[in-house]
Amino acid sequence: MDAIILQMLNGLDKGSAYALIALGLTLIFGTLGVVNFAHGAMFMIGAFCAVTMQRLLHLSFTVLDPTKKDFLGNPMKVSTPYIEHWFGKATGAAILDWSVPISILLAVPVMVILGVVMERGLIKHFYKRAHADQILVTFGLAIVLQEIVKQVFGANPIPTPAPHALAGALDLGAMLGFAANTIVYPAWRLIYFLFSLVIIGGVFAFLQFTTFGMVVRAGMADRETVGLLGINIDRRFTIMFGLAAAVAGLAGVMYTPINSPNYHMGMDFLVLSFVVVVVGGMGSLPGAVAAGFLLGILESFGSMNAVKDLIPGIDQIIIYVIAIVVLLTRPRGLMGRRGVMED
Amino acid sequence: MIKRDFTRRGLLKTGSVAAAGLALPTIFTSRASAFTNEPKGSTVTFGFNVPQSGPYADEGADELKAFQLAVKHINGEGDGGMLSTFSSKVLDGTGLLGKKVAFVTGDTQTKTDAARASAKSMIEKDNVLMISGGSSSGVAVAVQSLCQEAGIIFMAGLTHSNDTTGKDKKRNGFRHFFDAYMSGAALGPVLASMYGKDRKFYMLTADYTWGWTQAASMKSFMEKEGWQMVTDVRTPLAATDFSSYLAPVISSGADVLILNHYGGNMVNSLTQAVQFGMKDKQVNGKTFEIVVPLISELMAKGAGKNIAGIPGSSNWNWKLQDAGTKAFVQSYGKEYGVPPSQAAQTCYVQTLLYADAVTRAKSFNPCSVVEALEGYKFDGLGNGPTLYRAADHQCFKDVLVVTGNEKPENEYDLLNVAQITPVEKVMYEPDNEFFKGGDLGQCNPGA
Repeated sequence: MDAIILQMLNGLDKGSAYALIALGLTLIFGTLGVVNFAHGAMFMIGAFCAVTMQRLLHLSFTVLDPTKKDFLGNPMKVSTPYIEHWFGKATGAAILDWSVPISILLAVPVMVILGVVMERGLIKHFYKRAHADQILVTFGLAIVLQEIVKQVFGANPIPTPAPHALAGALDLGAMLGFAANTIVYPAWRLIYFLFSLVIIGGVFAFLQFTTFGMVVRAGMADRETVGLLGINIDRRFTIMFGLAAAVAGLAGVMYTPINSPNYHMGMDFLVLSFVVVVVGGMGSLPGAVAAGFLLGILESFGSMNAVKDLIPGIDQIIIYVIAIVVLLTRPRGLMGRRGVMED
Repeated sequence: MIKRDFTRRGLLKTGSVAAAGLALPTIFTSRASAFTNEPKGSTVTFGFNVPQSGPYADEGADELKAFQLAVKHINGEGDGGMLSTFSSKVLDGTGLLGKKVAFVTGDTQTKTDAARASAKSMIEKDNVLMISGGSSSGVAVAVQSLCQEAGIIFMAGLTHSNDTTGKDKKRNGFRHFFDAYMSGAALGPVLASMYGKDRKFYMLTADYTWGWTQAASMKSFMEKEGWQMVTDVRTPLAATDFSSYLAPVISSGADVLILNHYGGNMVNSLTQAVQFGMKDKQVNGKTFEIVVPLISELMAKGAGKNIAGIPGSSNWNWKLQDAGTKAFVQSYGKEYGVPPSQAAQTCYVQTLLYADAVTRAKSFNPCSVVEALEGYKFDGLGNGPTLYRAADHQCFKDVLVVTGNEKPENEYDLLNVAQITPVEKVMYEPDNEFFKGGDLGQCNPGA
């Protein structure tokens, strides 16, 4: 039982990242009709916003300490972050420790601007082109962004730890009445799951309960009619593109303590998230979220030793097997609209 | 009166004979090449094929720096590094046999097909005489095999699988780095003394040649110490999130987790294992322990504070106090501002050893180089007295048992050398069960 609960938690955690990326992907498809293969790169750039913030906060001045020697036998250079110099050691250290959550302040404007620039500068020129052209151009853009990040930050993963207070594990077994040490789960992963719920809830609330969201939903249903009513739907869709980029970026920021960011992490998630969107139904926001969590959970159960002993290698293919089954039996996906991508 | 008998047929005949005559020396010249890529000009080219992307990119970047430094020293630039401490004194900083050394680089991407394509291009387009590099044993085995077929020398960089000089060994290939068996032999007694004899261990293993042989070696040596294996779970090399594999560990009854992971894989799996609270848990009345059989300084840097107290083994460490190590650390440190990793040291040493073998053999012919390296004993390159065993082309030297530094004094002070296991304790016969099945075959000069 405890093993099942653990894998369920794992699945929800994996599914959080899939759902957040897939939510943005499907939001863009639903509004602009574009299959955006650069969306994984948004996740990656979000993660590198956390790296950038960490580096900014760690900007230091250096003094030579003649009492200590470095590895070459020269007087050691001792670096002190300006933050600690300005705010005192304790406060400065606390700010440095919380650099990942603080990065959200940087990531939101950066991602929104990047999304808007991407949409206005490149993607809008491909609205009337075939999906294949859109995929090619956005995939190319993803590679360009990835290589730029590689040039600036290098190819190696960069550690970005969670705040010390949230870096440990919780003994959920003891909390839920099971034996101690049976369900031990990292605190940050639980926070990531809760964070994803907040973001997903926020996006849905924004679309459901604001005038802006209502217009966007109307535009998704019938773009032409909304335009005829004198509403500049293009501008709203551009903003939605920025919002989708910000959602992916936030998913990336908060993911950095789980896996050290590297330039390739967007591509690692892109294909899976695209499968999530297809399984959930192209253009269906609830479908993307539901499929994200569903596939995350199934992937997690596929990694259980008992399951792998039964079907070796299942952990590697389970998501694609599910995708094949769904596409064969229900081509529009679990919650897709009739007629969308059903051919 | 002069009669000219020009006919079309006659002209063709004469022309053909003349063309054949002119071509004759060229044919003889080309046939005169005794081996692949025999150098004709004033330079010879080495190929450095390293992972510049993928999970082992850290090691690849460091390997490349070391290769560049070695070439500089061979060509007489810089401070000479280990040339002054090397027991062989034939390298004088004037290049190789009167030629300057140049090099080309490639990105293996930690993928065998990409690595082979890159090596093939180096051999066919850049006319390299020797290829070095590694960081993935799968890649090393594949490139070694290609070099054997092409008649090129392969001086393996960082490759730790038993198979590289075991079942997949080749006459044209040589490995300076230690192997998984040696890690197990060095770590077994140390771990038993640190954590006791009554332990149950759970292994996560990278699912390719290195992981398999590392896991088999650890299982064998730890069971000899009385430990019991709970299970060995294979994880894909491309995996970045190990949570599904780590989640069942604590409740499995195991009280030790052995991570047969390297590079980015290990950084992620160790970080996530610590996030799962495995470093401070009490299981079976004992403190839960994590072991990383193969540790490098670069991985320690990537893992940050999580590496503190974690034991493992290393081929070399920059904090060793022998003359060769000191010379190399000075040279590398001045050039790049950081101490070298074990990956850098093995690649630097391999390049010097190849250059030394060429100079002693007075030939670039791969078969002469093979002859010069087989059974070669040397010292002064940071690992103490070392033997390149002729039977399998494996170097035998002391092995370091290291632990993650709990109180680092600076950002490079990441690993402590806990013990130097003498070579006698990690030596094995060429037909040892972990290495049997391979055949060096014949030297191939190519051409």
